[in-house]
Amino acid sequence: MIDFETPEKIVGVCTVIKTVADNMMRPVSRHFDENEHEIPWDYINFMHTAARAMGGSSMAPGDSKKEGPRIGFQRLAHMVEMLSWGDAGIYLDTPGGMLGSAAVSATGTPEQKERFLARFRGETPTFDAMCMTEAGAGSDTSAIRTTAVLDKNTKEWVLNGEKIFVTAGHKALVDSQGFIVVWATIDPSAGRAGMRPFVVEAGTPGCQVTKMEHKLGIRASDTVSIVLQDCRVPFDNILGSPEVVTDKATTGFKGAMATFDATRPIVAAQAIGLARATLELLKEMLAEKGVTIRYGLPRQKLTSIEKDVIDMEILLRSAWWLVLKAVWMMDNGKPNALESSMSKVRAGDVVNRITQKAVEIMGPLGYSREYLLEKWFRDAKISDIYEGTGQINRLVVARQILGYRSSELR
Amino acid sequence: MYSFEPTDEQKMLIDAVSRYAASDLRPAAHDADENKELPPKLISKGWELGVLQASIPEAYGGFGDRSAVTGVLAAEEMAHGDLAGALAVGTPGLFALPILLSGSEEQKSQYLPPVIAADWKAYTAALIEPAFDFDPNDLKTVAKAEGGDYILNGEKTFAPFAANAEAMIVYAKLDGATKGFIVPKGAAGLKVGEEREKFMGLNAIPFFKVTLEGVKIPKTNLLAGDFAPVLDASRVAIAAMAIGVTKAAFEYSRDYAKERDVFGVKVAQKQAIAFMLAEMVTEIEAIRMLVWETAWMIDKGHAEASKQAYLAATGAIDMAMMVTDRAVQILGGHGYIREHPVEMWMREGRGFATFTGLAMV
Ligand SMILES: Cc1cc2nc3c(=O)[nH]c(=O)nc-3n(C[C@H](O)[C@H](O)[C@H](O)COP(=O)(O)OP(=O)(O)OC[C@H]3O[C@@H](n4cnc5c(N)ncnc54)[C@H](O)[C@@H]3O)c2cc1C
Repeated sequence: MIDFETPEKIVGVCTVIKTVADNMMRPVSRHFDENEHEIPWDYINFMHTAARAMGGSSMAPGDSKKEGPRIGFQRLAHMVEMLSWGDAGIYLDTPGGMLGSAAVSATGTPEQKERFLARFRGETPTFDAMCMTEAGAGSDTSAIRTTAVLDKNTKEWVLNGEKIFVTAGHKALVDSQGFIVVWATIDPSAGRAGMRPFVVEAGTPGCQVTKMEHKLGIRASDTVSIVLQDCRVPFDNILGSPEVVTDKATTGFKGAMATFDATRPIVAAQAIGLARATLELLKEMLAEKGVTIRYGLPRQKLTSIEKDVIDMEILLRSAWWLVLKAVWMMDNGKPNALESSMSKVRAGDVVNRITQKAVEIMGPLGYSREYLLEKWFRDAKISDIYEGTGQINRLVVARQILGYRSSELR
Repeated sequence: MYSFEPTDEQKMLIDAVSRYAASDLRPAAHDADENKELPPKLISKGWELGVLQASIPEAYGGFGDRSAVTGVLAAEEMAHGDLAGALAVGTPGLFALPILLSGSEEQKSQYLPPVIAADWKAYTAALIEPAFDFDPNDLKTVAKAEGGDYILNGEKTFAPFAANAEAMIVYAKLDGATKGFIVPKGAAGLKVGEEREKFMGLNAIPFFKVTLEGVKIPKTNLLAGDFAPVLDASRVAIAAMAIGVTKAAFEYSRDYAKERDVFGVKVAQKQAIAFMLAEMVTEIEAIRMLVWETAWMIDKGHAEASKQAYLAATGAIDMAMMVTDRAVQILGGHGYIREHPVEMWMREGRGFATFTGLAMV
């Protein structure tokens, strides 16, 4: 039965997170934007303690085996939306499993999930990260050059290469005993078929954070380069069953794609939270200036500001449902590659349209650093870039609807 | 608990409607548009599917309870076949549903059975007015109380099948609010235009101007309830039909692009085209969710349903124009030629900004 009612459990979680957003994120948003590379420990410690108190280790679904319909990804999308409503940059500093864990969840064995994810339940806040991108391989992930070679004597994988733009890489490797998931190739001539995910734990010799980027927005989140130099990890740190090692098919690449099916709607949810924050603030600021929005009127009778605001609401609301549908499909085990990428395309567009328009509408106030609108405009842009750019996600959608393989539409 | 899956019962209805839409409406659409006429048999066949009847309680001759969700699902499928056909089949609903939603018990018992428990007959409504700033909540047609009667004065356009209508709902402003009035055939001062109106699209439907010059009707013909639920029901229905039309346009242009060769590849293999298609389907899906949510809110009696219906209808306007325009573009010059349906869909696509009141669920 078609139902748009938010599950009660999720409503409860959102109420709690709203308080966190109001009290622990918004008041420090500006500070962590202006002091890039400072770490919001208060927020991090609070979130860690809260997660432990609630018996969860991370926000990621999959670690609760409770009865009833599965709503883990729906809950996660709501939480991310609300946290990102608080601050899209600080949200990325949330301890516990994020993108790295998503890869572990999507491609790891049960034993691996336990081994790698248990650390998030520990005393201190712990982080993970996912390393796909390289200087010569962004959108075209099949071009990665980081290699993994099996040392048959020690049964270890030896990793070599450099990863860039790793979100939370510093927190995962330096600020906590976390781990990173490194995508490397076991056969550089095999392209996609050679790609495999490896877990590299903090403290592993030969793995080093070498650079921290300075960015347009989401400055509270660290984005780093990581060099792997004869970095040795145990054989079992290759994610998936042992056959993936010899499997000639594109299992590894498919693993990456399965991860994206789960993470793209979550990144889209981040965009939605930021867009909602922007629209709400814009409406408040307009209301203070005595501008009300007259819903229900034909467009011909609306002012240009009213038209803009109404269009923003339509964009926001409809995009949010695409996200929720994609995660609902995820929870219900329905293939969602199309919906997942559609939600990312839409949310990426919408958050940029809304934040850009909001700054424009508020004129000098929008441009001023006294308000958060200009920050949110800068924060928004990342949503159209990572987890597949807007173009890449359009490609995914197009291939799905046209029934094309990547060789037929590149 | 979120769910985006219709019930089994709804799926059965959608199935039946989509079969009719695909094998009856769509094949007839081109000729109906050219000849400016829908075969009456085609309309009765659609009527017999019982979409409207299923939303009218048994007590009034129907066999179910109204569900806006079921309504939008069916409306989308119908319009996916052909918009003009979908509107024609549903026209008696323009008379029946406002009575169901805002009429009295007596009005329901008196007026609904003859419409519902019979063959398709022309019952209609007149809402739209010939003004650029037409606003359903601020009508220029007015009603004035006079003794035991109301006197209606004003001018309407876009009244489907009005020439043969047994009766129609005329909307007018009464004490500052929009109200529906049941106006019987042949009421003194009621003038239906001699000639059919000429529009850019929907050629297959006979639309008429309706003029009201001191039309006197008894007070018992006033639909005393709120107009808002009636307007919501129309906005969401029109938006759902926009989804159906754009889905048709999207599918047609997608299939064409996979066949057409350019520069040694299929035109769909060009990113400029593939990205257009990706954006079209994303846009349709997004607005579709908004339409479904609106219908769900209507069924729940949600306080924000009216605002949401407005947002969905407004979103559908842009969606319909964007998608149908691109469908023509993807076919290139061939899209401009009337042998392909995309130009018709584009003419219809532009109309969704105007069609308020032409469908109800
Ligand atoms: C703040 C930040 C955090 C990040 N976090 C992570 C992370 O945690 N882990 C990680 O692995 N990566 C991360 N990334 C990397 C991000 O995913 C990549 O930057 C992104 O995938 C694009 O790759 P690129 O920068 O190399 O751009 P390129 O691939 O060089 O693309 C350049 C332009 O070409 C377009 N383009 C590329 N290919 C096509 C095509 N086939 N058709 C049409 N257009 C095309 C792109 O859309 C883009 O507009 C992060 C990046 C940033 C900025």
